[in-house]
Amino acid sequence: MERARSITKKIGNINFSLLSPNEIRKMSATKVITADTYDDDGFPIAMGLMDPRLGVIEPGLRCKTCGLRVGKDKCPGHFGHIDLAMPVIHVGLIKSIRDCLRSTCRECGKLLLTDKQREEYCDILKKYGTEHRDKTYVFKQIIKDSVKSDKCPHCGRETSKIELDKPTSLRESGKKLTPSEVREWLEKIQDENLPLLDINKRTARPEWMILTVLPVPPVTVRPSVTLQSGERSEDDLTHKLVDVIRINQRLQENRDAGAPQLIVEDLWELLQYHITTYLDNQTSGIPPARHRSGRPLKTLAQRLKGKEGRFRSNLSGKRVNFSARTVISPDPNLSINELGVPIQIAKELTIPVRVTVHNIDWCKEMIEKKATIPSDPNEYCPSANYVIREMEGMKQRIKVTERNAKDVAERLETGAIIERQLMDGDLALFNRQPSLHRMSMMAHRVRVVPHKTFRFNLSVCPPYNADFDGDEMNLHLIQGEEAKAEAEILMKVQENILSPRFGGAIIGGIHDHISGCFLLTQKDRNIPIDIAIHILSATGFKGKLPIPVIENGKSHINVKDIFSTLLPDDLSLEYKSKSCFNCETCEGVKCPHNAYVIIKNGVLKHGTIDENSIGAFKGRILDRIIRDHGMGAGREFIDNVTRMSIAAITLFGFTTSIDDEDIPDEAKKQIEEGLAKALKKIRSLVHAYENDELESLPGRSIEETLEMEIMKVTGKARDTAGEIAGRHLGLNNSAVMMAKSGARGSMLNLSQMSGCVGQQAVRGERIHRGYQYRTLPHFKKGDLGASAKGFVASCYKKGLTPTEYFFHSMGGREGLVDTAVRTSRSGYMQRRLINALEDLRVERDGTVKHSGGQIIQFMYGEDGVDPARSIGGKAIDINRIISDIKEGV
Amino acid sequence: MAKKTTASKKDKKTAEKKKIKKPVIKEEKPKKTPVKKTKEPKTISKTTDAKKTKKIKKETAKKPVKKETKKEEKAKKIKRKKTKKEEKPVEITIVPKPKTVEEPKGHKELREEILKILKDEYLPLSIIDDIILIVIKEKGLKKKLKEIIKKSLESYKKTLIDPSEACGIVGAQSIGEPGTQMTMRTFHYAGVAEINVTLGLPRLIEIVDARSIPSTPMMNIYLRDEYCLNPDLAKEVANQIEITLLNDISDISADLTNLVIFIDPDKKSIEKKGIDMEDLLDAVKKIRKTDAKIEKNRVKISLDDPSYKKLLEVTETLKGLKVKGIDGIKRIIIRKEPDEGYVIYSEGSNLEKVLEIVGVDPYRTTTNDIQSVGRVLGIEAARNMIIQEAYNTLSEQGLNVDRRHIMIVADVMTSGGTIKAIGRHGVSKEKESVLSRAAFEITVAHLLQAARRGEVDHLGGVAENIIVGQPVNLGTGAVELVMKRTSGKKKKK
Repeated sequence: MERARSITKKIGNINFSLLSPNEIRKMSATKVITADTYDDDGFPIAMGLMDPRLGVIEPGLRCKTCGLRVGKDKCPGHFGHIDLAMPVIHVGLIKSIRDCLRSTCRECGKLLLTDKQREEYCDILKKYGTEHRDKTYVFKQIIKDSVKSDKCPHCGRETSKIELDKPTSLRESGKKLTPSEVREWLEKIQDENLPLLDINKRTARPEWMILTVLPVPPVTVRPSVTLQSGERSEDDLTHKLVDVIRINQRLQENRDAGAPQLIVEDLWELLQYHITTYLDNQTSGIPPARHRSGRPLKTLAQRLKGKEGRFRSNLSGKRVNFSARTVISPDPNLSINELGVPIQIAKELTIPVRVTVHNIDWCKEMIEKKATIPSDPNEYCPSANYVIREMEGMKQRIKVTERNAKDVAERLETGAIIERQLMDGDLALFNRQPSLHRMSMMAHRVRVVPHKTFRFNLSVCPPYNADFDGDEMNLHLIQGEEAKAEAEILMKVQENILSPRFGGAIIGGIHDHISGCFLLTQKDRNIPIDIAIHILSATGFKGKLPIPVIENGKSHINVKDIFSTLLPDDLSLEYKSKSCFNCETCEGVKCPHNAYVIIKNGVLKHGTIDENSIGAFKGRILDRIIRDHGMGAGREFIDNVTRMSIAAITLFGFTTSIDDEDIPDEAKKQIEEGLAKALKKIRSLVHAYENDELESLPGRSIEETLEMEIMKVTGKARDTAGEIAGRHLGLNNSAVMMAKSGARGSMLNLSQMSGCVGQQAVRGERIHRGYQYRTLPHFKKGDLGASAKGFVASCYKKGLTPTEYFFHSMGGREGLVDTAVRTSRSGYMQRRLINALEDLRVERDGTVKHSGGQIIQFMYGEDGVDPARSIGGKAIDINRIISDIKEGV
Repeated sequence: MAKKTTASKKDKKTAEKKKIKKPVIKEEKPKKTPVKKTKEPKTISKTTDAKKTKKIKKETAKKPVKKETKKEEKAKKIKRKKTKKEEKPVEITIVPKPKTVEEPKGHKELREEILKILKDEYLPLSIIDDIILIVIKEKGLKKKLKEIIKKSLESYKKTLIDPSEACGIVGAQSIGEPGTQMTMRTFHYAGVAEINVTLGLPRLIEIVDARSIPSTPMMNIYLRDEYCLNPDLAKEVANQIEITLLNDISDISADLTNLVIFIDPDKKSIEKKGIDMEDLLDAVKKIRKTDAKIEKNRVKISLDDPSYKKLLEVTETLKGLKVKGIDGIKRIIIRKEPDEGYVIYSEGSNLEKVLEIVGVDPYRTTTNDIQSVGRVLGIEAARNMIIQEAYNTLSEQGLNVDRRHIMIVADVMTSGGTIKAIGRHGVSKEKESVLSRAAFEITVAHLLQAARRGEVDHLGGVAENIIVGQPVNLGTGAVELVMKRTSGKKKKK
């Protein structure tokens, strides 16, 4: 037993072939002849569609064929068969049947090609086969060539035109071919000609494409459901099979009784219809078979097809155990590697632990703990939920309850497996849909916490693209040691700080982390030592305190020194911070805005810490620490920076409110003047246009030119209004601070709030649609002015006029529609991309190969560099190497 | 890889050389005139034959004679013109030399030195180039070349990709994920404010789809030598490229009483476009079953068998008649770019024809029609084009995606020698595995086809292994190493 389990069998390959009538009969457990399912007592009828030999669905019953039960033994079900009175065409294969008929002779069954042609095509096919090329074109050519000849080159019989009447009837020069005739014809085709008809002679015969026997799927495939009322409801497939059997029976009776040809033919066609819809109920050209309620039946093809079909929804993705889902919320005190899991979930989910001599005592204790009930409901006391014992090859799963806990613990032996509840420090996979990249699923260390939501550090929001407006996320527990090791090494959050998309950090400080650092370091100042120690203690700082300065008789500590405690000693950097004004001549150290950052040997000498230092995507310090000291150090830095800045921001206080957007009357006046100027300019443009004085841009009509000019003016008007507003808001304004430090929002947002909202656009143009020659009845017909075409001169703070509000809604609506369309389109594009590229792999020799063995690239990315490890896409940072070498001397 | 890049360059060069050779071949044509001569009369006789039969019907014997003489005259004129046109390329084809920038001597020496230091070790060419540039700039560094290379090698080896990495999936995700952040309906203006180009997500989808004609085809036509300096010459080239319809330069009026059509060319626009009456007449002559001649400043067109219906038909075709220019190029904008001189931007694209125009620089002229690049310049050029176009659309939206991810998409699309689309008609259709294809799209058809062909799924890829519930052959799943149990060893011993 032990040995048998240690050998894991692997499926080597899967062969596909057509079922021959003989094979169908051979694998059949029973012939199905009665269309009824159950008798009056509720027992399945023998040789009916629910014959117990086809497998069982009720738990406890034993299958008559294999003697196994449903649940534990897993009787897979067995096929039955229906002998069809007359042959019927398989809808899915009708096209290949047609091609076979078209390219062969009815008399001798040979290909309508001369021997020379045949030889040539054989050679071509062989060649294409060795070269792994697509052969479809050759097969098309063979059929084309065959159709051309009007006489069989072998027996001289004249060929006729084969036409396909969709969906399932064939005509030979106008005369209908019955399936029997087609079958006879196909039987004549010799085996050696099959390869030229795109049929594998080892696995298929053309006549098998015409059904004479219909396999009946096992009942497990089409289980009937007993409703609450005691009524039985049959599966769609069973319904369809009932139809097939009924008609088949009638057809047989009528034929045997020598009924008129017309009646037989009608019934035959009806049988064809039923079998066609049984196979595919969406065949074009025939009405779909419907349920009594009018709902179209879901038959075989529909079961497999599409997003909800077997392939995509049950085979490529499966429902899993050991998973949980709940709402997420933030917790700034957790490390980025950690995840707060609610007690309720932790109690339900388990991790298997094998009982050995080394841990048996611990395991027993674990089980016994089930009986002890903690006094505080918020206290978590992990125990075991199940014990799995193996006795004589049978697995036994015992549920641990408060009552049997002691008993079970006593009887515990080595070799058993206990399923223990979640504990702090367990690894678990955490995921948010849509899973667009690999960082959408990362491994976290569990920390069991009270209340009902998952909690994690805010820095981990960007990779999941999560926010806390009600988002839910999934948790998956790792059940094996191998998986655990892989998750630890490859999937932990800290291993995914660098995104493979562009080779930079995707996890870093966000929002308040940046505001906090900005507040702390913005001005070169000293803060009282007690406050400084409070901030430092938040990071868990254990080193020597920075040297205090005495100010007003009290010890103070410089803010830069506080930040420097987080930096490694060998860090030296120089760069411009996000709040840099992009002055024409950068004054470097003397920057008046304190925006030039200098770090030397781990000490912040100058500059403000903001998005460009600690932010995701752009954080320079973060980037450098990860490169030089590895992921672990990067994680520590993010953890500490976020803790420090949160401590700082809570100490200093930070708020933004509506009066942050207040601007003095003087500014308002300026803005109004600017807008008036712009409106005047637009008027003059319109005037010029009306008088035909406007000169059109090259390749543009005058109307287009006018629109473009006006758009230019309105854009500029908004910018100048924003600029004036920005000038009067000042850097002490919280909203401006957030915008400048890169924490949240932009200056554009602010200028829209306090300056002017600007031109509203639909499809990149000013708003045109609405009434005849005007957008709204408030305007004159033909008005081309700014306000009549969607220019919003008000600011959000002041409020919009009714017409402005309407235009603004139009622009907003377009944005919403755009997002809705975009998600579906880009989702499909990504699905296609993944499907096309999923099989690629970097080989040991550095080449990129397809799973088929075809070489795609001779060296990955032309230099073999991993984008996640590259430095902004470059293989090496040559400048750094040079400067290192220079300094080394 | 180094081999591949050089190969691709060669590919491109040869392809371009062929393009340049074309005018040279043309220049030979006059020598071949005997062949042409024999050909032309034949065609003329044919047409006249046809007309003769008609003539008999009409019993107007005089006309055909005139026609014949005229045709011959015109044929001569055409020949003359052709020779004229063909003389030009002879002069100019001498001028262009492949613009391979000779590597300065210092660089070459340095490169050799670096290669010596490297010995058997490998550093990508791009890194070596960077090192050379920096070392040449600062003289003191040359002494430390060994150290630089040692360190570079060290850090290069650190950045190498792991074997069995699922680079395809990472690439697909890296391109697909930012797709959600892209704008949808921006008909943005790229560089030139006057030309609309599809950008953002629709453009990316278009590239990945390998669409045969992009929704907004566009070309950047660079000029060479004096053409890019002299505005008149540039204008001349532009006139040859931009399509000019008869309707744009003249009034077409149908005389219903006499059943003739008059074309009154607008003098100004004709001059502007560099078209003379002869050109006009030639263009009009192409319409079948009509006759045209110049009357004063207008062209008169009469029908062979006049009817009201036919007259209207002909007027309609005349309106859409191309007089000059290249099919597909709708609009042209000439701009003076700094360091570049005059550059022509065109709406609409036709790479084949544009490259034939004298004065166009075939080395730098580009189009956003990837299929035509593949046709004209070869598959390697198309690959580079896909990379460039996709990279530009992404970075234009402010999205930073590593080039290598785009490269892998482009290589998958082009590795078969033709440009295959990403999707059910291209790459996915040709996948080895039945299950993988069935799981993607058109499930039932693929399964039935597999049954008929007796296909075998070897379970090599990702989707099929997930379906059967096995580890995938990628990443850690690719390692097929089984540790021998120690107990087994003991037994053997």
